[in-house]
Amino acid sequence: MSELILKHTVSVLVDNEPGVLARVIGLISGRGYNIDSLTVAEVDAEKHISRITIVAPGTEETVNKMISQLQRIVPVKRAVNVTFEKQGIEREMALVKIVSTGEKRVESMRLSDVFRAKVIDTTHDSFVFELNGSPRKIDAFIDLMKPLGLSEVSRTGVVAIARGTEKM
Amino acid sequence: MVNMQMTGAQMVLKALEDQQVDTIFGYPGGAVLPIYDELAKTKDTNHQIRHFLVRHEQGASHAAEGYARSSGKVGVMLVTSGPGVTNAVTGLTDAMMDSIPLVCISGQVPTHLIGTDAFQECDAVGITRPCTKHNWLVKNISDLSRILHEAFYVASSGRPGPVLVDIPKDIQFQTGTYIGPDTIKHKSYRPKLKANIDNIDDALKLIAEAEKPIFYTGGGVINSGNAAVQLLREFVRLTGFPITSTLQGLGAFPGDDTQFIGMLGMHGTYEANMAMNKCDLMINIGARFDDRITGKIDEFSPNSKKIHIDIDPSSINKVVDVDVALVGDVAHVLEDAIKLWKSKVYKVNKSQIKDWWKQIDKWKEVDSLGFNEDKKTIKPQYAIQRLYELTREKDVFVTTEVGQHQMWAAQYYKFNRPNRWITSGGLGTMGFGLPAAIGAQVAHPDKLVIDIAGEASILMCIQEMSTAIQHKLPVKIFIINNQYMGMVRQWQELLHDKRYSHSYTDALPDFVKLAEAYGAKGIRAQSPSELDKAINEMIDYDGPVIFDCVVDENENVFPMIPSGKAHNEMLLGDETEKEEISDEGKVLV
Repeated sequence: MSELILKHTVSVLVDNEPGVLARVIGLISGRGYNIDSLTVAEVDAEKHISRITIVAPGTEETVNKMISQLQRIVPVKRAVNVTFEKQGIEREMALVKIVSTGEKRVESMRLSDVFRAKVIDTTHDSFVFELNGSPRKIDAFIDLMKPLGLSEVSRTGVVAIARGTEKM
Repeated sequence: MVNMQMTGAQMVLKALEDQQVDTIFGYPGGAVLPIYDELAKTKDTNHQIRHFLVRHEQGASHAAEGYARSSGKVGVMLVTSGPGVTNAVTGLTDAMMDSIPLVCISGQVPTHLIGTDAFQECDAVGITRPCTKHNWLVKNISDLSRILHEAFYVASSGRPGPVLVDIPKDIQFQTGTYIGPDTIKHKSYRPKLKANIDNIDDALKLIAEAEKPIFYTGGGVINSGNAAVQLLREFVRLTGFPITSTLQGLGAFPGDDTQFIGMLGMHGTYEANMAMNKCDLMINIGARFDDRITGKIDEFSPNSKKIHIDIDPSSINKVVDVDVALVGDVAHVLEDAIKLWKSKVYKVNKSQIKDWWKQIDKWKEVDSLGFNEDKKTIKPQYAIQRLYELTREKDVFVTTEVGQHQMWAAQYYKFNRPNRWITSGGLGTMGFGLPAAIGAQVAHPDKLVIDIAGEASILMCIQEMSTAIQHKLPVKIFIINNQYMGMVRQWQELLHDKRYSHSYTDALPDFVKLAEAYGAKGIRAQSPSELDKAINEMIDYDGPVIFDCVVDENENVFPMIPSGKAHNEMLLGDETEKEEISDEGKVLV
């Protein structure tokens, strides 16, 4: 198995009951794994099922161990590694605030066009951009904005789903 | 139609009754008073549940463990909010580590006070989340009966474990509709019991080809139940392979059988550890490659293929990578395996196995459990040997505390039946043995129950003597008294140049007088010549006994695999050349 430390994206389907998120993240920290990002929302209102998406750094082996530990939690129905390199699609949304004037302001506007970011708030001295895409695309956008008056970033964390007909 | 409208407190007792629970261990307090009130009201009726009042909630938890471990049933405990719950945490963690089914019902402050730092409030589900298999805070009376039944299902199915149901006091008073266990089904939790048959066949092929095989069995066999024990015995005899066991698995295969080569691991026999090291096929049944078993992991059984049967998928490849993984219940897997073995007419490699036994017999000649007897002082090993010889005709239940005495008990007391050996393995909880003995005695009132103890451990839950007296439970506490926390001292001797920092127990009580103070019998033995008579006196006494067995202070537990070493680097006794323990080894526990 690969010893390479990569970011792995793990989707976890859980019964949406009190404390279930605490169980999942408590297990991850308690057994010494790390979390880069975490998203959670109910995805089936009738059956009360939530989907938790965790991005965790580690070797394939450690992430597989984490997944089998997650499956021990009673309200966890399934846990799957849906990492981009395999067959998953990953998306994230970010709100990015730029505070600048003059040339920098114009340049940030131009670049946002290239990234297909939307302007959702503006003043004479600022923009708030909304940007969707892969985590890498968002990283790249933020890097480009740094010299142009980057003031604040808010990111949702990754959501992921498998390609094609495959169901979790 | 029976009126199924009742209060929350009544539902608790009704649910226990429907789950065939007739025994609970507990301690009352403000937040569980309504449930205790129901216990009083049902006294002298057909619905009576026997409640054993302990002296500390830790005692309740270990008593429930002892009850569960010795009977195969779910252990039940009842505690109040706040300190009631925090005191139970040690026992819940212990049950988690050793996979013991336990249901802990705790009181909680009323729902409108939760989160206000009310008197005796604590976040019970938060505190116990990592030390239970699952837990629930009941916020609505309509959920209560369902949660109680789910609690029993979760605790006892799959890999067993402790669960906690936290019930606020106002819910205990509210009235709602009770639902029986038959209509309750957990919405998602379904542990897999049967393993894939092709994988079983792969395992059998390895077994048929093996030249130097060994069975390595653990507590999972005993947890799986009596059928698993019988099937294991059948399969082991069918193959003629040697078998070793972990601490928790002792008794699954008869300890005095010729195929049994003793316990393995840090204080296992020379032959068991050497066989693990040199084998070409390891068949792990219901054990988890614990660090006490494996020693240095990268030199653990380097040349063997490994088969692993475990009901918990997360145990597979957790520590040691295996070649064939059979996820399922031991009894189900062994049943399928034996059927398939017979139908496919597999045969073992008889002549190779014979050579393998010759090698094992050579290792046996080392006599790794041999010790020097002494005329004047009682050797601790001798004390346990005599205890075994004088009680072996009876059906005895043995519990232990944690330390040297525990290892000596595992080495020198032979168990021929499952559920007779009750010890804290994973967590290593000093103070476990006395309350666990109480639980075992409650489950088996007419049997001889002995807590093999150390003088340091026993003081950790000594208050439970009072429980034994109150409930007329004739437990025998056999203290191997060397005036040291022996295992701590042994490690200080080995790793810290004999700087015995705080491991000498000064100001010990007079255990004979202590027994008498509680209303029990106290016996002391100081020389080998008086030991047998004193042990017989203990066995014959109808009531609790504290036996103060004064032993040689300087004995250590051997064989020993020092930390960071492999199976074939065992220390066999004080006389053996000791290699310096590496810094890497010193950090290990």
